[in-house]
Amino acid sequence: MIEFPPGLILILGALFVPILPSYFRNAYMLALPILGFWGLLILPEGILFSFIFFDYTLAPVRVDKLSLLFGYIFHIAAAVSIIFAFHVKDPVQQMAGLIYAGAAIGGAFAGDLITLFVYWEGTAIASVFLIWSSKTERSFRAGMRYLIIQVGSGVLLLAGAILQFKKTGSLDFTSMDLSDLGPILIFIAFGIKAAFPLLHNWLQDAYPEATVTGTVFLSAFTTKLAVYALARGFAGTELLIWIGAVMTAFPIFYAIIENNLRRVLCYSLNIQLGFMIVGVGIGTELALNGTAAHAVSHILYKALLFMSMGAVLYQVGTIKATELGGLFKSMPYTAGLCIIGCASISAFPLFIGFISKSLIITAVAEQGHWVVWLVLLFASAGVIQYSAMKIPYFTFFQKAPGLKTSEAPGNMLIAMGIVAFLCIAIGVYPTPLYALLPYQLDYSPYTATHVVTQIQLLLFSALAFFLLVKTGIYPAMIRATNLDFDWIYRRLLPMIIAGFGKLITLIDRLIRDTFLSLLNQLLKLIFKHHGPGGLLARTGLTGLMALLVVIFLALFLLIYFI
Amino acid sequence: MTEHLAALQVVIPLLCAPICMLVRYRDWSWSVALFGSWSCLAISWLLLQQVMTSGVISYHMGNWVPPIGIEYRIDEINAFVLLIVSAIGAIVTPYARESVRAEFGVNRVYMFYTSYMLCLCGLLGVTITGDAFNLFVFLEISSLSSYVLIAMGKDRRALKAAYQYLILGTIGATFIVIGIGLLYAETGTLNMADLANKLSKNPINKTIGTAFGFLFVGISLKLALFPLHLWLPNAYTFAPSVVSAFLAATATKVAVYVLLRFLFTIFDIKISFGVLPLESVLLALSIVAMFVASVVAIFQPNIKRMLAYSSVAQIGYVILGISFININGLAAGIIHLFNHALIKGGMFLAVGCLFYKIASVNIDKLAGIGRRMPLTMAAFVVGGLGLIGVPLTAGFISKWYLIIGALDRGLWWAAVLILLSSLLAVIYIWRVVEVAYLKPSPDGNNHIEDAPPSMLIPTWVLIGSSIYFGINTDLTVGVAKQAARQLLGGG
Repeated sequence: MIEFPPGLILILGALFVPILPSYFRNAYMLALPILGFWGLLILPEGILFSFIFFDYTLAPVRVDKLSLLFGYIFHIAAAVSIIFAFHVKDPVQQMAGLIYAGAAIGGAFAGDLITLFVYWEGTAIASVFLIWSSKTERSFRAGMRYLIIQVGSGVLLLAGAILQFKKTGSLDFTSMDLSDLGPILIFIAFGIKAAFPLLHNWLQDAYPEATVTGTVFLSAFTTKLAVYALARGFAGTELLIWIGAVMTAFPIFYAIIENNLRRVLCYSLNIQLGFMIVGVGIGTELALNGTAAHAVSHILYKALLFMSMGAVLYQVGTIKATELGGLFKSMPYTAGLCIIGCASISAFPLFIGFISKSLIITAVAEQGHWVVWLVLLFASAGVIQYSAMKIPYFTFFQKAPGLKTSEAPGNMLIAMGIVAFLCIAIGVYPTPLYALLPYQLDYSPYTATHVVTQIQLLLFSALAFFLLVKTGIYPAMIRATNLDFDWIYRRLLPMIIAGFGKLITLIDRLIRDTFLSLLNQLLKLIFKHHGPGGLLARTGLTGLMALLVVIFLALFLLIYFI
Repeated sequence: MTEHLAALQVVIPLLCAPICMLVRYRDWSWSVALFGSWSCLAISWLLLQQVMTSGVISYHMGNWVPPIGIEYRIDEINAFVLLIVSAIGAIVTPYARESVRAEFGVNRVYMFYTSYMLCLCGLLGVTITGDAFNLFVFLEISSLSSYVLIAMGKDRRALKAAYQYLILGTIGATFIVIGIGLLYAETGTLNMADLANKLSKNPINKTIGTAFGFLFVGISLKLALFPLHLWLPNAYTFAPSVVSAFLAATATKVAVYVLLRFLFTIFDIKISFGVLPLESVLLALSIVAMFVASVVAIFQPNIKRMLAYSSVAQIGYVILGISFININGLAAGIIHLFNHALIKGGMFLAVGCLFYKIASVNIDKLAGIGRRMPLTMAAFVVGGLGLIGVPLTAGFISKWYLIIGALDRGLWWAAVLILLSSLLAVIYIWRVVEVAYLKPSPDGNNHIEDAPPSMLIPTWVLIGSSIYFGINTDLTVGVAKQAARQLLGGG
């Protein structure tokens, strides 16, 4: 059997996409992740393909249960996203999607920080093309901001890696603690990609601008790679518990008032990441299992939701809550699949979200973090509010504004169907997923307490939602742009920078002028007769140079003899 | 045949010089020069292979046994410098045909090739010889011929520049010969290995100290160590394009080699750095050079002059590496000799292409030239990236090892300064890019197009290899590390 570094199959395979005839491309592209998945199955555990670069030993592939699990789910996500994008004929998007997925897979297997850095930047650069492919002015700008932040994260990672290497003499990507500058920089780099609070805005900014199919790719990889990296490097860091808790709670309000439904999903993505990061922060075996399991389930149902919203956008041309409604009749399958996604994200029993989220919440409770536990519970209720109720209600069921459309294309339905099947299948029978988790797990989600608590939560939430909507208290969907923290860097910072810019230009001019005039005087002094085209004073200059040489020698000898 | 390669390395260009003179007709003398320079390249390549596999080569001129006879002694470091010099010579010669024809009176072309061959011979001789006085002789051959080469520039100020260089070069050479004379008086030998041997046994006295002072100042003048660089900008600016490229890529590099030879081989490290804190002097001067010369380069309206000042700054990097006196620092210096020769040679050739087409190298005349002469300007820009030290260019490798060398010495602030001074290079390169690509081209320039292939190909060979050696560092880093180890090992 030939072993092959995971991820490279997709990356190298992507290079051939543009030269293949378009009728053959879909089959070829789908074959790549399937081949890659098969490659994972035959991969032995341990460090593979290590080689020496400069003076450093690199371990490009490290196989253990954690990386394998992420590898599996990334391959599945790639395959599904590719099916969902069968109708796209643009080779740029196709290549970008494949390379992006490949880089994320490679990153999940990286055994050292340099390899991680390479793949880390790979995901950044490949994915931005998915955003730019919308070919709108907005998407270009959003993509640019996204790229700067993502590449910046990579640069921090590299800087941290170098410091770490200087300190410990090893580039291994293992567990670190936040006592040095190196790990702190790496932590911030991971944090940017994991969309920590105040570092999160690239996500809501860029993802909704990507193409219909691009967002599906985007939702699966970047942030989950970051969660994986945090779990690998910073498991058990208490700070993460609080960061995660904040992440689960504060985007809820934005999600509730946001009008663009794809952006609502982005906020929800942020909240779900919060759950995983709390799990990483707790750091017990149960919590890490929960994080890994939740990453898997999250990739699945979030892809399902993004796909269903993408299908609506593709068919109707808008994704604003205020402009949608009544699509239940014209897009029944999409509506049904979307509801499965909603049930999963709200952790409805028998759906995948239930069996993974409860792991994390149980782990939190076990460790006695009651405040966090309450926050997570509140967040769970909030999730039900906006995603489970708001999205299907406003898209499919609210009074129709008279939209005429038809069902989504077959390939989209198939892709959604596969994921929906997985959501239910794993939800009903979680044992195979539990077996793949990094640690031994002895846990049964379907106990009476769990189920009852969850159903109560669901019911009260649902009740609240409909009461609010019926009484008209529910925040009206207005076509507004919500100010988020990113205002600080998109508006305030530029203003400050512009102000500074003027000041700096002024100072710069002043310095330059003085400097130029000083230099001119200097030049005039030394090269007095040396103006271009002018007469050249031969003796003066040459004599001066010779004098300088003699002085140099004299000084040298003088010092030598003293 | 192979045992006489060392002699042939110098004899071939020496013989080619008078032949160039005799055949007179310009293309014939060019063919002779082409033959000469390519055979030199072949020989130096063979010599490097031989040294890398079987160690130091010692060749006795006319079978006179050293220390009486003249010995040619080739180890890793001078084999590498020989390769640099002869490779640049071999690449520049095909380029010269078109460029020289445009810039010289038709009748004087053979004189150019004659001096050019002599200069090549001198530079190779300085590098290959193991005899201190012989070194001085070859140094004079190369210097005298380069004065002639510079004086051949079209601009009348070339004469003045050549004259300045003549005066200062002669002062430098005189200092060197005084230093060698004092050493001879003290030890009674001129053979380098023998000198090293005797000097290490003798106690340090004032004669040796004075000899060292004269040699150091003389060599520093030849390699244009700041502030003894004043001859260089004029010489490079007003010389013919080919000569600027050739000298910028080789002459100062050979002088740096001579400095290394004296500091590390002939004088022991104990003498060179023990009596005086010479490393601090070199460190300070090189850092000042990196900044001052780069800043001066920013304000130059003439691109050749800008590149000349940039050369002074780049020599600063080389000397900085040497001043660290550790493996990585010395290796960085030696690597940068090679990389800078490629980059700066390539850039001067690109500028020569510009001059060939628009008869000016003033920055004002370059508006929009990036669209008219895309290949030429692209070469310039890629070379510029190398000067800045962008990853995947050769310049990055040099700076990488330089920074490692600085950190090995614990001089982290020097590492910071290296990075900061690279930013200055960004500015002076960007100035050119801005004018060449972003400014509209004046209407009169519509007919201008890229230089002929015979000039573009050599330019791109140099620029392309600067990229190649930025990615594949086996040759440069391997040889340089071995050479550095050998220099530090006192061998």
